[in-house]
Amino acid sequence: MEIVLGVLVGVLMAASVWMMLSRDLVKFLFGLILIGNVANLVIFLAGGLTLGAPPLIGEADAGGYANALPQALVLTAIVIGFALVSFTLILAMRAWQALGTTNVDEMVIAERRGPDGWVDGDRLAPLADTRSGGDQSSVAETGVHPFPADGTASVEARS
Amino acid sequence: MSALLVLCVLIPIVTAALAFLWPGTRPVSARISVAGMLALLAAALLLLREVMANGVLVAHMGGWDAPMGITLVADPLGALLVVVAAVVGLAVSIHAIDDIPDDVAANGFDSFLHLLIAGVVGAFLTGDIFNLYVWFEVMLISSFALMVPGGDRVRLDGAVKYIVLNLVSTVVLLTSIGLLYGLTGTLNMADLAGKLPLVANQGLVTVVSVLFLVAFGIKAAVFPLYFWLPASYHTLPISVSALFAALMTKVGVYAALRTFTLLFTGDEELIRNVVLAAALATMIVGVLGAMTHTDMRRILAYHVISSIGFMLLGLGLGSALAMSASIFYMVHGILVKALLFMLIGLVASAGGSFELGRLGGLYRTRPGFSMLFLLAALALVGIPPLSGFWAKLALVEAGIDSGAGWVLAILLLTSLLTFVPMIRIWSEAFWKDAPVEPGQEDIARPPTRGPERDSRLIPVIGLSLLLLAIGLQPGPLLALADSAAAGLLDPSRYIDGVLGAAGDQPVTGQP
Repeated sequence: MEIVLGVLVGVLMAASVWMMLSRDLVKFLFGLILIGNVANLVIFLAGGLTLGAPPLIGEADAGGYANALPQALVLTAIVIGFALVSFTLILAMRAWQALGTTNVDEMVIAERRGPDGWVDGDRLAPLADTRSGGDQSSVAETGVHPFPADGTASVEARS
Repeated sequence: MSALLVLCVLIPIVTAALAFLWPGTRPVSARISVAGMLALLAAALLLLREVMANGVLVAHMGGWDAPMGITLVADPLGALLVVVAAVVGLAVSIHAIDDIPDDVAANGFDSFLHLLIAGVVGAFLTGDIFNLYVWFEVMLISSFALMVPGGDRVRLDGAVKYIVLNLVSTVVLLTSIGLLYGLTGTLNMADLAGKLPLVANQGLVTVVSVLFLVAFGIKAAVFPLYFWLPASYHTLPISVSALFAALMTKVGVYAALRTFTLLFTGDEELIRNVVLAAALATMIVGVLGAMTHTDMRRILAYHVISSIGFMLLGLGLGSALAMSASIFYMVHGILVKALLFMLIGLVASAGGSFELGRLGGLYRTRPGFSMLFLLAALALVGIPPLSGFWAKLALVEAGIDSGAGWVLAILLLTSLLTFVPMIRIWSEAFWKDAPVEPGQEDIARPPTRGPERDSRLIPVIGLSLLLLAIGLQPGPLLALADSAAAGLLDPSRYIDGVLGAAGDQPVTGQP
């Protein structure tokens, strides 16, 4: 059983690393979800497998029992991972709506140099108004946009 | 007295709930937030006094004794950092009143600020390695909630990088904790310290320790794992930038200090050399990055990276002198980074931009405020008699003591180079005449808010006075840093405090 799970961990890890090397943010995130599950399996495996034994036993039955701690750890990790992943997926969707791309090579607005277009409080002006020149790599700037109406508008209206 | 430990974690969580649930939004929640931070600071100061008087303070949660249950531990280092975190939290909670617009704050800014502080404090106080992971996640998810709301496209772009790379570090941390548990069958750090040397396969222990180093290295923004930091910190609101720059990376440094002095002491030479090389590279790369930028927020973001190197130097050199110097530097670095970010927020508010090219003439219009900035900048650089001077003097002493000439050379070179970007901000934003951009004479500058009734000035003045006080009277803090370093290098008191008399029981077998 350990060997089967060990091989499974290896295969899943390889698959998730391959996905995380992708230039596409969505594919990267799926890799991240997968690698989170690999981590859970590693905890489960490293904690020691017990087949067919209950984690909780009565006082009389002192026979075989499974270690409950790895299960508790995995459960905690699953809950935390669920929260983080759902937030990140929503963020990725918003980023796609606002930037018009999920290609990480094109997601360079934050790291680009140049005038910062800082106008009011801590918020920045919409990109198109303040950036003159620079590279035009973002799809949003070149006008091709999957959600021109709602996504961009709702993000920029607030800034 | 162990109730103090619980209070330090509980106060921010309760405050967060109160600030979120109390009817009415901004003025009320901001007041709750400031009051909660004051209560936390009081509890933290009491905790520090208690720890300095009576040694390591331990609380076993739920009545389960040490190796079984979850333990909260305050040793001098943990207690000192909790106090510093409370000071920064208080400063940020006051700063945010006028910095974060009310509609953005309505998304729960005050609550998440306190949850983040709860995560930071919990990480400083926990005695359980899995619990450390949980506090890291509390901190991380609150930081997401602080950085994204009210953001524009630039901030969304920065947030994606910050979040994605921090999630990678989370997975690495979780995996290494799982492997550590598989090797030893325990998660209690004091218990682990006794059981790790008994593991038959010491090679595997080294592998796991390097995994931990990578995970904490990403959290702490150590070269070459720092790329998420300059991609995101300059896109945040200034209050959040100040909070993150002051505290987030330092929790990673603390975790590295704790685990590599308490747990992974077997293969010390290897880890020490790796950490030393990474620390020196972080220092120099950070400061070089700062020199290439003209946006004040980006300059400071790179200074954050550079200062992480100084803080890891103690772990790299390994002597008591170096460790104490690094801890002193950590306290100074946390305070001065928060102060500098708040100051550039005020500069941008007065001058209309974070770009140095668009600023100017502030010394003429705001002489008093300019002096505050100069004070903070010189404190960062380390001009006597400000706090940075004592921190760097102690580090140089440790460098001489270690006998490694090139460590000393890089240390001094980095200090010198730190001066360049800071003095450039000073000469560009304060000394040169305000620029008029050709063809843009009529460009709308933001209305200059009068600084007289601005909540942002209170923490700026408070932190400046604190740094000045540390600079003029470094004795108490040096003594605290010394005892914190002694506690790290000789963990027996920590271990005995947690495990009590059961400290020297033999290993009872694998899970």
